[in-house]
Amino acid sequence: MATELTPQGADPTRIHNIGYRKYDGPRLGRAYARRSLYSQSLRGAYGLGRSAKSKVLPMVLFGVMTATAAIIVAVAVAAPAGTMTKLPLSYTAFAITLQPVIGLYLAAQAPQTVSRDLRFKTVPLYFSRPIERRDYVLAKYAAMASALFALTAIPLVILYAGALLAKFDFGAQTKGFGQGLVSVALLSLLFAGLGLVMAALTPRRGFGVAAVIAVFTISYGAVSTVQAIASAQEANGAVEWLGLFSPATLIDGVQTAFLGATSNFPGGTGPGAGTGVVYLLVVLGLIAGSYAVLMRRYRKVGL
Amino acid sequence: MIATEALSKRFPRVTALDRLTLDIGPGVTGLVGANGAGKSTLIKILLGLSPATEGTAAVLGLDVATSGAEIRERVGYMPEHDCLPPDVSATEFVVHMARMSGLPATAARERTADTLRHVGLYEERYRPIGGYSTGMKQRVKLAQALVHDPQLVLLDEPTNGLDPVGRDEMLGLIRRVHTDFGISVLVTSHLLGELERTCDHVVVIDGGALLRSSSTSDFTQTTTTLAVEVTDSDTHPDGTRALREALTAAGVTLHAAEEQGLPGAGHILLVEGEGDATYDLVRDTVADLGIGLVRMEQRRHHIAEVFRTEQHAGAQPVTSGAPAAWGAQWNDKQKGGGHDGN
Repeated sequence: MATELTPQGADPTRIHNIGYRKYDGPRLGRAYARRSLYSQSLRGAYGLGRSAKSKVLPMVLFGVMTATAAIIVAVAVAAPAGTMTKLPLSYTAFAITLQPVIGLYLAAQAPQTVSRDLRFKTVPLYFSRPIERRDYVLAKYAAMASALFALTAIPLVILYAGALLAKFDFGAQTKGFGQGLVSVALLSLLFAGLGLVMAALTPRRGFGVAAVIAVFTISYGAVSTVQAIASAQEANGAVEWLGLFSPATLIDGVQTAFLGATSNFPGGTGPGAGTGVVYLLVVLGLIAGSYAVLMRRYRKVGL
Repeated sequence: MIATEALSKRFPRVTALDRLTLDIGPGVTGLVGANGAGKSTLIKILLGLSPATEGTAAVLGLDVATSGAEIRERVGYMPEHDCLPPDVSATEFVVHMARMSGLPATAARERTADTLRHVGLYEERYRPIGGYSTGMKQRVKLAQALVHDPQLVLLDEPTNGLDPVGRDEMLGLIRRVHTDFGISVLVTSHLLGELERTCDHVVVIDGGALLRSSSTSDFTQTTTTLAVEVTDSDTHPDGTRALREALTAAGVTLHAAEEQGLPGAGHILLVEGEGDATYDLVRDTVADLGIGLVRMEQRRHHIAEVFRTEQHAGAQPVTSGAPAAWGAQWNDKQKGGGHDGN
């Protein structure tokens, strides 16, 4: 049963069939299992440790994000000295402008992160181990949010490096960069939460993809259209409130109110500090709500 | 290994477990019951995933209500249903599951290689699971339950969906999990014949209550009945009937095999009696009739007989009489609950 050592005098290179070996090493418990699940899911979100096919889409989208940042940097650096004092696209505007790419990434990877375990009924195998529902949901949520943060923050780092290369004002750039990071962190949490909820409610991967695209793209399109109409009729108060109904405009609103961003809303009339508080509360509410829905979702699927 | 005390689990409309008291020791234990008898509910409670309504349960000496995580660290679980993602290899999957059980990365890889070899997966373990046969998938499921070297594994219907050869191999493997690996096993099944061959101990539950718990040898004691099977010949186109008549004429008691519902019952005679005298008589009678003797063996009880109706159980002379009571009880419950027994 126990590990048999090579008998004395025997040829040490001989291979023995040592039968079943007991494991006496460390068992690292819940926190370790949660970390392992987090890193496995995060790697999986970029197709690492999975088939070559599943690396294509996340890597292409990641490439689009960073290439866009690189082009902006190239323009800023190549411009004749003195003609430019800041980046052509601000840190906070970057994610909002490239919002469709982020939506596409989320639509592809959120179902991958949660639907597979549900669809192939792997979840009971997790819950028959030390980790609990909370650990599972936290690890998956954190992994998805981190994957989105990597997708949105790394281009910002490229922008910042480029801005310093182009010798733009250090103080202003650092402040903008910091604001941009806070904004994309919030965006990552919000998008990850909503994406995972939709994916977890639809075990079929295709439905999950469709649901995420629908919610993110259609709601953004609808809100923008209605906002444009309201703006044309000079109902600026309506423009301000309408932004609450789509994830991308929510983030736009929060960063306009608190992070010195210029709003993408028609007419550039983002919410002020007062309405901004409502935006922030809605964002935080949605993040907490997503977590709660995920916890509920996994209550029934154990075993 | 497992001890429960008046364990009850009630849902709003059903009582899944009804004051179940069990004491299961080391070894291979079979848990038998019809669908809906409470097997899965019991496993859930034992893993600390679902609180009991009443009563207590302990696994490996740890209370399920307070030490769920510690129990799950030392117990393996193989679910009944499919639970494998098709697009990863067995190695990757089992390594991941080992880490979920708390094994450090290096140990997880070593244990995975060992465990997959022990369950009989070799080169194919690097291929995606989607291309595996049912038998191979069952082995992967077993491997993920064993990879962290638990002290106890709970196997839920491990032979489901396997062909006869795969079934035998799986049963042999389960036996080895205890004899070679030193891991105790609780295996559920509704096929009693399987458990007879594999388990040291069998627990029968029905309607959430304990029907019987005893060692397999108690269930399968030898009886004083001989099973005799003969061929037909030209002079005796129905050899079985000819032998029955001849033996009855010689004053031997015969049981009606047909009513026992045994396989091939129409061709088997159950002869009452023990000892060389009976054997000689049967041999001589067969020889006189000029027919061929296919087999003559001492009958053993089958666990299935626990579930037989009272009159049949009563017809089996040697057993203590208790099985008759269980049989009747089982029968009543079947009538009452509409379960599909064995």
